[in-house]
Amino acid sequence: MKLASNEFMQASSAALLEEDKAQRRSLIGQFLPLARDAAASAYGDFDGLRAHLKRVRRHTMAHLSHYLEQFEEAAVQHGNQVHFVADAEQLNSKVLSICQAHSARRVAKGKSMVTEETGLNELLLKAGLDVLETDLGEYIIQQAGETPSHIVGPALHKSLAEIRQLFLDKHTLGDRDLETVSEVVEEARGVLREKFLAADVGIIGANALIAEHGTSMLVTNEGNGDLCANLPPVLIVCTTFERVLPRAEDAMALQRLLVRSATGQPQTCYTSFYTGPRREDDVDGPLETHIILLDNRRSDILASDYSEMLDCIRCGACLNHCPIYIGVGGHAYGWVYPGPMGSVLTPLLTSLEQAHHLPNACTSCGRCAEVCPANIPLPDLLRDLRQDESVQQLKPARWRNGLRLHAWLLRHPGLYRNLTGWTMSVLGLLGKRRGAFRRLPFAGGWTGQRDFPAPEGGGTFMRQYAARRRRGGKRG
Amino acid sequence: MDKPHPKRKRSRQRRDVALMITCLADLMRPSVGFSAIRLLERAGCRVTVPEQQTCCGQPAYNSGEVDAAVPVARAAIETFEPFDYVVVPSGSCAGMLSHHYPALFEGEWHERALALSAKTWELTRFLTEVARLPAPRHKPLERGVTYHDSCAGLRELGVHQQPRQLLQEQCGVQVSELGQNQVCCGFGGTFCARMPDISAKMADDKLDNAVASGASVVAGGDLGCLLHLSGRARRRGLKLEFRHVAELLAGDPRGPGIGEGRE
Ligand code: SF4
Repeated sequence: MKLASNEFMQASSAALLEEDKAQRRSLIGQFLPLARDAAASAYGDFDGLRAHLKRVRRHTMAHLSHYLEQFEEAAVQHGNQVHFVADAEQLNSKVLSICQAHSARRVAKGKSMVTEETGLNELLLKAGLDVLETDLGEYIIQQAGETPSHIVGPALHKSLAEIRQLFLDKHTLGDRDLETVSEVVEEARGVLREKFLAADVGIIGANALIAEHGTSMLVTNEGNGDLCANLPPVLIVCTTFERVLPRAEDAMALQRLLVRSATGQPQTCYTSFYTGPRREDDVDGPLETHIILLDNRRSDILASDYSEMLDCIRCGACLNHCPIYIGVGGHAYGWVYPGPMGSVLTPLLTSLEQAHHLPNACTSCGRCAEVCPANIPLPDLLRDLRQDESVQQLKPARWRNGLRLHAWLLRHPGLYRNLTGWTMSVLGLLGKRRGAFRRLPFAGGWTGQRDFPAPEGGGTFMRQYAARRRRGGKRG
Repeated sequence: MDKPHPKRKRSRQRRDVALMITCLADLMRPSVGFSAIRLLERAGCRVTVPEQQTCCGQPAYNSGEVDAAVPVARAAIETFEPFDYVVVPSGSCAGMLSHHYPALFEGEWHERALALSAKTWELTRFLTEVARLPAPRHKPLERGVTYHDSCAGLRELGVHQQPRQLLQEQCGVQVSELGQNQVCCGFGGTFCARMPDISAKMADDKLDNAVASGASVVAGGDLGCLLHLSGRARRRGLKLEFRHVAELLAGDPRGPGIGEGRE
């Protein structure tokens, strides 16, 4: 996917003006947190489960090579072919070469953020393959020629009316109403079924890799993942190495956290485990299976101060709870991963230089960290990235210098007192009648959108307090 | 002979409290400071306002200029460590002292930061959990009040029910709750000037909820949020009055609200 994160400022301002979409986002921002909270409290000790998974995750990351070897060994025993690839290009060409080895023409894909990250579809299409997204949301945006706006609901930005029109335009099925959600879903299901049956290769992602069994776990609501995995003769699981967990029960803990945090459901419709190709007495299943484990800078993240970001289980809760994501929507972030998790991941997976606005799209309100099932301290990581931004001198110089000058002044109380005392007295007098300024020199960032409240008057607190003390200690 | 019970003995003594005025109250709203002093004294504290204080260093810290924030934090630790308690009329500055200072240091300074952290209190928490106010002397506030929970107070310090309880006890006010009261108002320190459009949109959501609450006064515990919200309300021409909770608790506030003139 093309990276456009450095256009965040323009893109976000433009997004704020799209009233229709903004209103839908605001509803999402109200509904999904309520659903998540209800599911978390119905579970009972949800925070205990979070802490448990955190320990398991940290343990796994500390012994990563052990668990990856265990996974690989078990997976190979079941007849899978396991490939470790370093970057996007390697993943894409691996997939292409598997497709070509089978003279494949049609590929059916389940939802996979990893292949969005590597831009797999473009490559396969260029090579002449017919690539079909089968997750309803992914299918919708593929038909519309758009990119995902949310990691769980890629088409959450689209209204029913837009989707209806899209289907009427794209599906040559004659006259029909398509008035209701279920009619729309039925139509997509019908169209997709046909294509599943014709697919030569299925591609899916994974929510977890279970080291002890060499099994991958996939959680979906539509069952399309199972069809992609079982109907075509070849299955390719595209995922990243940090999905690995030691035991099946760890994957179940993750699943419990994931579904509740993502949609507020106690259980998704499908939780599937894929262990390998069809065995002799199996009635169905693929004949050949590949598991591709992508690195794409994740080893660097693991070795850095940002390693906790690898604990992310892609539930999307931090997006749904982030007022900035809800305000501007996912596309403004300019890449695959939006919201708080994206503002951390995008600079780490691409470069800070290409995405340095994103860590600033944060008020440190802490709501994301409060709900993150993986207990990732997102606001702290974002602050650390802002520090890196400063060290790498990517921040506008006037900001940096202003902040540093201010900090310097704070360490000189006498000077600070004089300067602020004088300034505030003048501002207090000037603003006395109206109480606020519409415009102030050097304060355009503030006064562009709001008035600047005038100081209360009478000088700073410290001056007034000192004067009262001089007058004989009567305070208050 | 039994020794005097140490706890009981201490409760008869006046508590030695340093007021951290916060830079915004110092510069923009001195009455918050005077209200805080009045409240603390009524709750039986001896209040000192250390002269060397300036600001907690949050603007630099949150913007990633951490090395510039470190000496500011060190100066604040030195200024406030002689006192039994440090009380702050702001959740975000109190959070800075109690949560973020210790993370800035290692070794001896880390220990000193931890010691300061342990005695730092946000004002409304202090007045409900450490020193209690006597029954009010002023008459009940006959206004509709809504309350904005600022994020650092809410999430770092667990300030939510305390200001509501105090408003009830001291002013006879039952807070009319804001819809979406867990959501940030869009101030975020330098965020509000660096990303003004998004910040304004978040303020608008908050203000719409404030109008919908039916209250005429928006109270809060953090001047940053209140200045931002009142500035945006003025720009939109909304008739809402903004007050720091300390002003309401200390007695019938007569002067203009935040950002209002004397016309
Ligand atoms: S960072 Fe946390 S909340 Fe956000 S998607 Fe990842 S696991 Fe979910």
